[in-house]
Amino acid sequence: MRYLPLTEDDRQGMLAKIGVKSVDELFCDVPDAAHLDGPVWDLPNHQSEYEVDRALSALAAKNVAAGSCPFFIGAGAYRHHVPASVDQMLLRGEFLTSYTPYQPEVAQGTLQHMFEFQTQICLLTAMDVANASMYDGPTACAEAVMMANRITQRRHAVISGNLHPHYRETTETMAQMTGFTLEIGQPSPQAAEDLIKLIDDKTSCVVVQNPDFFGRLSDYTKLAAACQAKGALLIVAIAEIVSLGLIKPPGEMGADIVVAEGQGIGNGLNFGGPYVGLFACKQKYIRQMPGRLCGETVDADGKRGFVLTLSTREQHIRREKATSNICTSSVLCALGFTMHLSLLGEKGLTGLAELNHAKASNLVDQLAEIPGCRVLNENFFNEFTLQLPKPASAVVDELAKRPILAGVPVSRLYPDKPALENLLLVTVTELTSDKDVEVLVRALREVCK
Amino acid sequence: MSMNTQGRPSKSAIVLAMEANKGLVLDEPLIFEQGAEGRTGIDLPELPKYKERLGGVRRRAAIGLPGLSEPQVVRHYTRLSQKNFGIDSTFYPLGSCTMKHNPRLNEKMARLPGFGDLHPMQPTSTVQGALELIDQLAHWLKTLTGMPAVAMVPGAGAHGEFCGMAAIKRALEARGEHRTKVLVPESAHGTNPATAAALGFTVEAIPANAEGRVDLAILKSKLGPDVAALMLTNPNTCGLFERDIVAIADAVHKAGAFFYCDGANFNAIVGRVRPADLGIDVMHINLHKTFSTPHGGGGPGSGPIVMAESLAEFVPLPYIVHDNQGFRLIEHAVDAMGKKPFGRLKGFHGQMGMFVRALAYILSHGADGLWQVASDAVLNANYILASLQDVMSAPFKGPCMHEALFDDRFLKDTGITTVDMAKALIDRGFHPMTMYFPLVVHGAFLIEPTETESKETLDAFIAAMRDLVREVRLGNVEMFKQSPRFAPSRRMDETRAARSPILKWTPADREENGDNGDITRDAAE
Repeated sequence: MRYLPLTEDDRQGMLAKIGVKSVDELFCDVPDAAHLDGPVWDLPNHQSEYEVDRALSALAAKNVAAGSCPFFIGAGAYRHHVPASVDQMLLRGEFLTSYTPYQPEVAQGTLQHMFEFQTQICLLTAMDVANASMYDGPTACAEAVMMANRITQRRHAVISGNLHPHYRETTETMAQMTGFTLEIGQPSPQAAEDLIKLIDDKTSCVVVQNPDFFGRLSDYTKLAAACQAKGALLIVAIAEIVSLGLIKPPGEMGADIVVAEGQGIGNGLNFGGPYVGLFACKQKYIRQMPGRLCGETVDADGKRGFVLTLSTREQHIRREKATSNICTSSVLCALGFTMHLSLLGEKGLTGLAELNHAKASNLVDQLAEIPGCRVLNENFFNEFTLQLPKPASAVVDELAKRPILAGVPVSRLYPDKPALENLLLVTVTELTSDKDVEVLVRALREVCK
Repeated sequence: MSMNTQGRPSKSAIVLAMEANKGLVLDEPLIFEQGAEGRTGIDLPELPKYKERLGGVRRRAAIGLPGLSEPQVVRHYTRLSQKNFGIDSTFYPLGSCTMKHNPRLNEKMARLPGFGDLHPMQPTSTVQGALELIDQLAHWLKTLTGMPAVAMVPGAGAHGEFCGMAAIKRALEARGEHRTKVLVPESAHGTNPATAAALGFTVEAIPANAEGRVDLAILKSKLGPDVAALMLTNPNTCGLFERDIVAIADAVHKAGAFFYCDGANFNAIVGRVRPADLGIDVMHINLHKTFSTPHGGGGPGSGPIVMAESLAEFVPLPYIVHDNQGFRLIEHAVDAMGKKPFGRLKGFHGQMGMFVRALAYILSHGADGLWQVASDAVLNANYILASLQDVMSAPFKGPCMHEALFDDRFLKDTGITTVDMAKALIDRGFHPMTMYFPLVVHGAFLIEPTETESKETLDAFIAAMRDLVREVRLGNVEMFKQSPRFAPSRRMDETRAARSPILKWTPADREENGDNGDITRDAAE
């Protein structure tokens, strides 16, 4: 078998050294009733590389790849161009096949890119400190609420109705399982929410998103002040990280904790995972942060180096008193993020963000001319809500046959809100071509007749 | 790198770095110290005319990102990679982490556009092959463990622990029982007590017996109507199979509690022993350990759980069903037929990229190959144990399973510690083993070779370890304290890092003068 180096001679020699006759004897502590006579039954045996390639390629061929047709889906995962050099470098075995850098002398590569990643996240969000990654945006959001509960010693959070439903639902699960309460606003694709009236001296935090689930942009500066007045923290979630190239960062609005989905930079769609959660906060809260932190120090020669630090917050040291149970997070995805953002730089990221907005704005103008269709947003980044004259899921299914991947029916995430069933979330990125737009507009005119 | 701490560096960061180079281990400044204003590694098409609709929240201040071209970025990260050790570079016997070879076929498969370029919110009619793949992998996991149910969504092992313990919590609630305590052996991974505590349970530790296993009598004495679950790793973190496991499971069940198994060490028994036959109720499987998805410097991982019938209805959302309409995703509790889902644990549907890699690995090995995986993993570990136990000190009698545990009694009164041995091993060209874990033995060395190492590599490692023991006996303390000498870096001052944490780069003039200097111009000087 191609991944197993031991020869039969090797095995015999090793058994002799150990002093047993067979490998079975090494399994002597397994209870008799659990001993299998041979390989697990009803499963196929080993296959060559090309047989496996053929079988999996056949499965892949049953799917419609995003790049194979006009594509307008977002809703928490965004299809941006990832430069070829990013993936080439991610495949370097020294990055790909190493683990958590517990031995800093032979892991400066991982540690330095973690430090660069943390710095980039601070710059993008205008926050003081960032950790080295979480699983994804929604889990980062739930962890942020729990962190706010620890800091404020309160157990009640206010959640915007326009927070992405996966962020809200993940936080709801944690609330139910770990014992805190939530007050959740109603989804409001048009009117602004009044969250300030929900804040009182029992509120640990308020969670909002920017742009929100429906694509709307807000300045949360007043909300931040209202939180501060009541001793609550403001958590701002960002699902489309590229937006920060063009939008005022949450740190400038007074956010206490920022969580985000970092997939949009350096990571492909991958059918939903693995992604990379971003987590940043104010300096004074660092000892309550979850996750790994990389810090600068010097080595025995006085040369700058990097190590994992403040690990007394973490499960491997603190056990049941840890700030989170997280161990393995998403370091390779964070590396993809850091490489891509390094390639973009100031000019590239701001240009990319503006291009996304420009293309989305132009599509909005075209969609506004389709009879029966109406864009609900007055403002947006690269994603907006389109009201259709009929249920959006039927329209999406119809267009998928052509094939056009037209967007996400809001009803897929809100099956219990019939009032939202005609709403479609539409996303445009730099990868959306003029031809794609033309095809979508023509198809919507037909289907919405 | 020698920075002039009195002010700005007098030379550019790149020139300083080159002067500090030793041999061919190249010093490398931070990306922020290499930029120039206006430079970029990305070309974009011309911006079309458009109407701005940003509602007054346009960014005003510069972000502060450095500008680099593609060749600079490629060289930067290539140099950083050369300061790392991976499984590809060398033997990496990190106990409890299963650092096995990561087949490149798996990488190729995960990058097929039909998997890698799929959006999770596409209509399910356009992703039938992806759902079928997840279902196939689920079938393998269920069959290999003998367990009837599976939840695929957890993002890593600790996330799987949370998922499994949440299922237990729901199952107890459904029975109308309020149980508050979770028993965890002292040898457990830190994630076990952290998970139990997060779910609101109090954690009670079970000591190990003289044979490195759960003390059955003490366990039984702690079991009662207040105990929700036992969380046990098997094989355990001492590398030993819990030989009383069936009696343990019986006692736990008799007390009305559940048996959670931490499956981090599943590689020892995969394809040879089915956890269902041991009385386990729920177990997570680290796809990044047993099923070879790359560790990536600390993730991403993937931690599906398998469950017995008693827990099968308490699942997270979403999950896949297969009926005459093909494969469907159940994303909401209102659509859950016959199950009692407890909610969502993360965004979307799980770590698809890891599922593709794991299935490619599993299909490559097949049932016969996985039997051989466990056999060779255990054989390799026992070979190391047998080859080193005369010169190092093994706290427990073998045979071991997939990892060999030593303590530091052989270093007693030498002035040399476990960490010194580990650092000296780096100079011999090997990545250190896990140190100081498990906590139940003093100064632990936990060595997990995995099945993908050749006998030649094991022999070289054994020779290096024996040679280091000889140096210990010669009293060559200074050599140990100065190690590593040939690694990309010397030992790091970890105390200093924790005392006044520096967690991000700031421009030198901002540190000195407190103003927001232009970092791109700063670094280019």
